[in-house]
Amino acid sequence: MSERVAVRKTYKLFIGGKFPRSESGRSYLVQDSNVSLASRKDARDAVIAARAAVRGWAGATAYNRGQILYRVAEMLEGRREQFVALGVPGDEVDAATDRWVWYAGWSDKLPQVYGGANPVAGPYFNLSAPEPTGVVAVVAPEAPALLGLVSVIAPAIVSGNTVVVSASPAAPLAAVTLAEVLATSDLPGGVVNILTGRHAETVPTLAAHMDVNAIDLTGVTDPELAADLEVKAAENLKRVLRPADHDWSGDPGLGRMTWLLETKTVWHPKGV
Amino acid sequence: MFEYAPAPESRSVVDIKPSYGLFVDGTFVDPTDGGSFKSINPASEEVLAEIAEGGSQDVDRAVRAARKAYEQVWGPMPGRDRAKYLYRIARIIQERSRELAVLESLDNGKPIKESRDVDLPLVAAHFFYYAGWADKLGYAGFGPDPKPLGVAAQVIPWNFPLLMLAWKIAPALATGNTVVLKPAETTPLTALLFAEICQQADLPAGVVNIVTGAGETGRALVEHPGVDKIAFTGSTEVGRAIARAVAGSRKKLTLELGGKAANIVFDDAPVDQAVEGIVNGIFFNQGHVCCAGSRLLVQESVAETVLESLKRRMARLRVGDPLDKNTDIGAINSAAQLARIRELTDAGAAEGAQQWSPPCELPERGFWFAPTIFTGVTQAHRIAREEIFGPVLSVLTFRTPAEAVEKANNTPYGLSAGIWTEKGSRILWMADRLRAGVVWANTFNKFDPTSPFGGYKESGYGREGGRHGLEAYLNV
Repeated sequence: MSERVAVRKTYKLFIGGKFPRSESGRSYLVQDSNVSLASRKDARDAVIAARAAVRGWAGATAYNRGQILYRVAEMLEGRREQFVALGVPGDEVDAATDRWVWYAGWSDKLPQVYGGANPVAGPYFNLSAPEPTGVVAVVAPEAPALLGLVSVIAPAIVSGNTVVVSASPAAPLAAVTLAEVLATSDLPGGVVNILTGRHAETVPTLAAHMDVNAIDLTGVTDPELAADLEVKAAENLKRVLRPADHDWSGDPGLGRMTWLLETKTVWHPKGV
Repeated sequence: MFEYAPAPESRSVVDIKPSYGLFVDGTFVDPTDGGSFKSINPASEEVLAEIAEGGSQDVDRAVRAARKAYEQVWGPMPGRDRAKYLYRIARIIQERSRELAVLESLDNGKPIKESRDVDLPLVAAHFFYYAGWADKLGYAGFGPDPKPLGVAAQVIPWNFPLLMLAWKIAPALATGNTVVLKPAETTPLTALLFAEICQQADLPAGVVNIVTGAGETGRALVEHPGVDKIAFTGSTEVGRAIARAVAGSRKKLTLELGGKAANIVFDDAPVDQAVEGIVNGIFFNQGHVCCAGSRLLVQESVAETVLESLKRRMARLRVGDPLDKNTDIGAINSAAQLARIRELTDAGAAEGAQQWSPPCELPERGFWFAPTIFTGVTQAHRIAREEIFGPVLSVLTFRTPAEAVEKANNTPYGLSAGIWTEKGSRILWMADRLRAGVVWANTFNKFDPTSPFGGYKESGYGREGGRHGLEAYLNV
């Protein structure tokens, strides 16, 4: 009896909760698969999807966002073997799952840790609370393919930001498979958008985009490109996270969440 | 209209020297490669003093002095000792506050009532507040032992010269950094008096350096490879240029830039209180305030009543001698700023908005602009989009809260906003939706050292004040 012929998967982009091919119709061969090669137009479409998702996601309760991030962990746990089959070490999948759990718990604690009442010298109620900055462009680290990606997405969205991620060009399969996890986790469409292809093609569009509020350059390895992207980002004064070396297995700390927060301070007089 | 007899504050408490050098490494020095410029009183155009203009070599000297002080003295010093120096400075500011207030009004043109009752108390309070943090940084939520950055380059504007200096220097020093500060070229005098206060406090040499000059001096400072941190308050245009200049470097940057705040008045707001808030929002400090409530959004059903009351109130504003204790609105800070205000108000009239000012006698010498409102303004008008930075209010109307939010947020800026309504739930609903760093509800233009201040979007990034303000100067 002949062996069963396997059904192969088509690896596509993840924009607005859907899995479109690149509008350019292009793909590139990587990890023995044809993967969509995103264009500048795809990047702009992804920003539109991310912007459209901000109101609902930032406006959701912290409890709700925490539940959804925890649901991502549940879904990831269940798909562990898929990632292992793509060459992601089992330990890394476990660490990535645990990272979702860790960040899930922050959604309703960050505003307490990072904000609070200010004792102003006068008869005023005065409260500072963090809010998401909006749409964040993220250049995912080259490696580790899954843990690195989760470690840059989760801290951005936990507070209510939405993201457009340029996935690792050399290891995009884990990114697309993570998109499938996200698509089945009750995460609203557009909160996470994933582009596969070349950073140099899509990221300059994101860096210069006037409707993007922040850009994370973590995955940019070329210092000249990083400087150029930072110059582009200055046009609308995006918040910029510069490339740096990371130990992805260590305690993530608060920094990856707090740089994407805006502190809003509300005053009101006290009186009768 | 009441008649007021003149009530001038005496300027004899201030001793202005004919010329000032740069304050580098604890002493006043002549510039090596710079020239000089004059600082004038904008209310009379009288020259107050000749000021040294720092060149790139002078900037280099100041940065080196700051580096040495950071490495040898200030960085290694225990926080409790840094705190004591800052407390000393706070006390000396309180003791010499009359002198500083008069000097500020002379050099800036702001009413003495304001420099005496707002600026100076806030300056002293800011040093007092951050002094207390210096030995408690491990409890600030940035880890058990957060480290300073090193040498901070600080460039400040002319609208609140000494207050902006305090906002920059107090947190930088409390966290263990040393600073090179460039005051604005039209208002350097209180920063130079502050340098004398540092001497009086026996602050170690090089911890604070003051390099006076204009844009070129600021550029040399920002681009100096020896600085670890840049803090800038000023226009969005210059902020953008600085963000480009530091691209690819390791310099940490915080920016506090322009604004075009909406002051939103609902139909249930108490009219008299709201009108006071509108006046305070746009005419405080001649409107030279980045968080000024320069767009009045008034609910259509009460627009007529509010405007009537506003015009009546504006007719009672006293414009004139900044040193007169009765003065509400002082002089425009410079000829250049006056030209900018005129250019934008001319554009407002040309684009079809209706301009109104109360009858108002302006002094013959100096730079003056009568308090002005524009009605019939649309969102497309330049006066509704661009920061005027003067006593000019653009009035727009709205019907629903949702429309008010849309209009308020329809700007690249996001520094501040005001809400006037008696309904608590509406305040909180609005506050959630306004994209602005500070929301004043049933009040406006309130500041406090414990309260973080800073913008969303193109109004900049980072916060000054409060626990949040420490982050800008820590390696976190």
